[in-house]
Amino acid sequence: MSPVDLTAIVLWLGLTAYAVFGGADFGAGFWDLAAGDAERGASPRALIADAIGPVWEANHTWLIFDLVILWTAFPPAFAAIMSTLFVPLTLAALGIVLRGAAFAFRPVAEGATARRAANAVFAISSVLTPFFLGAAGGAIASGRVPAGNAAGDPWASWLNSTSVLVGLLAIATCAYLAAVFLVADARRQGRADLVGYFLRRATVAAVAAGGLAVAGIGVLRLDAPILADELARRGWPLVVASGVFGTAALVLLSRNAPRGTRVLAVAAVVSVVWGWGVAQYPDILPGSLSLADAAAPTGSLGALLVIFIVAALVIAPSLGLLYYLDQQSRLESHGVD
Amino acid sequence: MLLDVAPNLLAARSQMAFTLGFHIVLACLGVGLPTMVLIANAIGLRRSDPAALLLARRWSTVMAVTFAVGAVTGTVLSFEMGLLWPVLMGRFGGAFGIPFAIEGLFFFLEAIFIAIYIYGWRRLSPRAHLLSGIPVAIAGIGGTFSVVAANAWMNQPAGFVIGPDGRVAAVTPLEVIFNRATVYEVPHMLLAAYMVTGFLLASVYAVGLLRGHADRYVRLGFLIPFVLAAAAAPLQVAIGDVAARGILEDQPAKFAAMELIAVGGPHQPETIGGILVDGQVVGGIQIPNLASILAGFSPDTVLPGLDSIPIDEQPPTAIVHLSWNAMVGIGTALVLLGVWALGLRWRRRDYATARWFLRAASVAGFAAVAALEAGWIVTEVGRQPWVVFQILRTADAVTRAPGVETTFIAVVALYSALGIATLLALRALRRRWAAQDAAAGGRAVAVTDGAAGDESIPYGPHRHSERDPSA
Repeated sequence: MSPVDLTAIVLWLGLTAYAVFGGADFGAGFWDLAAGDAERGASPRALIADAIGPVWEANHTWLIFDLVILWTAFPPAFAAIMSTLFVPLTLAALGIVLRGAAFAFRPVAEGATARRAANAVFAISSVLTPFFLGAAGGAIASGRVPAGNAAGDPWASWLNSTSVLVGLLAIATCAYLAAVFLVADARRQGRADLVGYFLRRATVAAVAAGGLAVAGIGVLRLDAPILADELARRGWPLVVASGVFGTAALVLLSRNAPRGTRVLAVAAVVSVVWGWGVAQYPDILPGSLSLADAAAPTGSLGALLVIFIVAALVIAPSLGLLYYLDQQSRLESHGVD
Repeated sequence: MLLDVAPNLLAARSQMAFTLGFHIVLACLGVGLPTMVLIANAIGLRRSDPAALLLARRWSTVMAVTFAVGAVTGTVLSFEMGLLWPVLMGRFGGAFGIPFAIEGLFFFLEAIFIAIYIYGWRRLSPRAHLLSGIPVAIAGIGGTFSVVAANAWMNQPAGFVIGPDGRVAAVTPLEVIFNRATVYEVPHMLLAAYMVTGFLLASVYAVGLLRGHADRYVRLGFLIPFVLAAAAAPLQVAIGDVAARGILEDQPAKFAAMELIAVGGPHQPETIGGILVDGQVVGGIQIPNLASILAGFSPDTVLPGLDSIPIDEQPPTAIVHLSWNAMVGIGTALVLLGVWALGLRWRRRDYATARWFLRAASVAGFAAVAALEAGWIVTEVGRQPWVVFQILRTADAVTRAPGVETTFIAVVALYSALGIATLLALRALRRRWAAQDAAAGGRAVAVTDGAAGDESIPYGPHRHSERDPSA
């Protein structure tokens, strides 16, 4: 396998990790927003804060990882994406700042008004940010980002049916993953009421995400025929797998049997992300730029692969330790008091 | 084409400068605070000192807030590299990106272990908890090294060949990372981080001492950061001296702007204040021969002037020169503050009662931040009009996307709110702690008694099982 393909796989692994772990954190914000008034929402909100508190910064780092790999390994693709998609990606960056800062301020804020404001900012930006990131992904996948400095349409590139669909799918997927993870967190804390609460929500989100995915097949046929063809030709096993995993998870959820749903939900999301990757391979900007043409010199890719190996040796066990301590309740639910 | 790029250039430079100038303070805290926290934590454990442990615990809460804000403002910078400078990244990402990739690795480690440390106070053994903080401090140093190496590369690009399409065609990673400017930029930034953190933190407790709170908690809260920062200050002057001579050799245009040398030659004076008007220094004080002596140890040392630099390759002189003056002036004053502290000690005078010393120390934090920003301006504005020194002009690197003026205004508004919210959050923490201390019947009791509630006992049995499940 060529260094270019290897680096592309590393990039896609990072993207997958961000979609799953970062996605679940965004989705937790969605449920925070949907939890209702202060009184009714207090107990799910507390669970949400407990669940993402210790891990969100580490999960967020996957995004930095991806940006860095993209600009080092495939520089012209990074330049094209960031300049054509200037609007949605600026909005996503601002959403990330608002969300992270509001989450950090929430437990420290003085007074009910300040706390409510921090809450609202956290929750709303948790829903908007994945939409903009998803819309940007849809723009790339549907071939609307040509190589060059802002060579694509600054608005139509991401305000089109594919982008809107992928943006909504991103919100639904994040919410789905989060609800499934929160069921497990509630179970660990022995909160039967919250287990039921998030089970119902996981089911609704699963149906929504599944419905959007099915609707997406039709939208792609009309709006992005090349992507749709490649998905049907090469990506179909992954599309089918995603459907199977998603349906299996839904069946378990509807039987109130949440064991195994985490793995199935993650597998469904991973299949979609890799289906997209397979469908647009060997292009990084479909119809405009191939991975090979975008790739940095071998020296750069070699350095990245070395860094990646070091990361796998150092970061993977560290992340494992963090998740282990978190799941064993060896980390407090709140770091600030 | 020039017409549609030119307005973006000013807005893009302003937005980058604004967001970086904001982030750099948080980045310094991210590097410096873990060290301060660990020192307090280690003292607390070794001497069974509850005051030191309480300080460590509270500082780690401050660290949690500033690290979170720093993490997201740092993410914005990653986006902006492409949002504002797509040509820089598209052509040079293959070289310039490598140190950033290493930085990503360190940042990952930092984010993981800072979470374990902050959330592990009561549930990990004291020893394991202390150990979990060490990777945070090390990752901060590694991260500084990598990200400053990337900046140094923009000043002294090396380790690549440009292909026919203008993109880098061959890259030697180690030459990219260890370029000529890395050697002096990295230690300069690292020491700056400890000085900013140390003097900022010490200034909080200097105010406390001035208000008459001279218990062990406040004294230690002042001493740990002050000693570290004051020790870093003279080293910083020495490294700064090396850096200035490096710039003289590597970037004569930047050097001439810093020293405000219009016409090159020997016997150059050191100019303090003043600006250039039509090639003449107006205002300010000139100390004859000093610039030549400082640079080459002899008044005969020939220094480059702006007259040898083509007009379209000159940086703006006024801001670079005045920022340089500000940085050197403040840096020198901060060294003298440390000397003052040593003098008090030598005369066996208690610093906690030396009111003028404490007044000076209470503004040292702001002064250190001002010096940091000034130094950053010297590096960045002094490099103009280049983004990659003598290879790519900033004007040619900027995005052609419409709307940078709008995002600049939005970013200024958002960051202003963010800055205020951060300060309010820190104030809320201070008030909460003051209330806890008051409720415990004064801090002296709170930190020695141990019965004052769980805030005063950083270690001990965790309360998870006792928590009211409906709370």
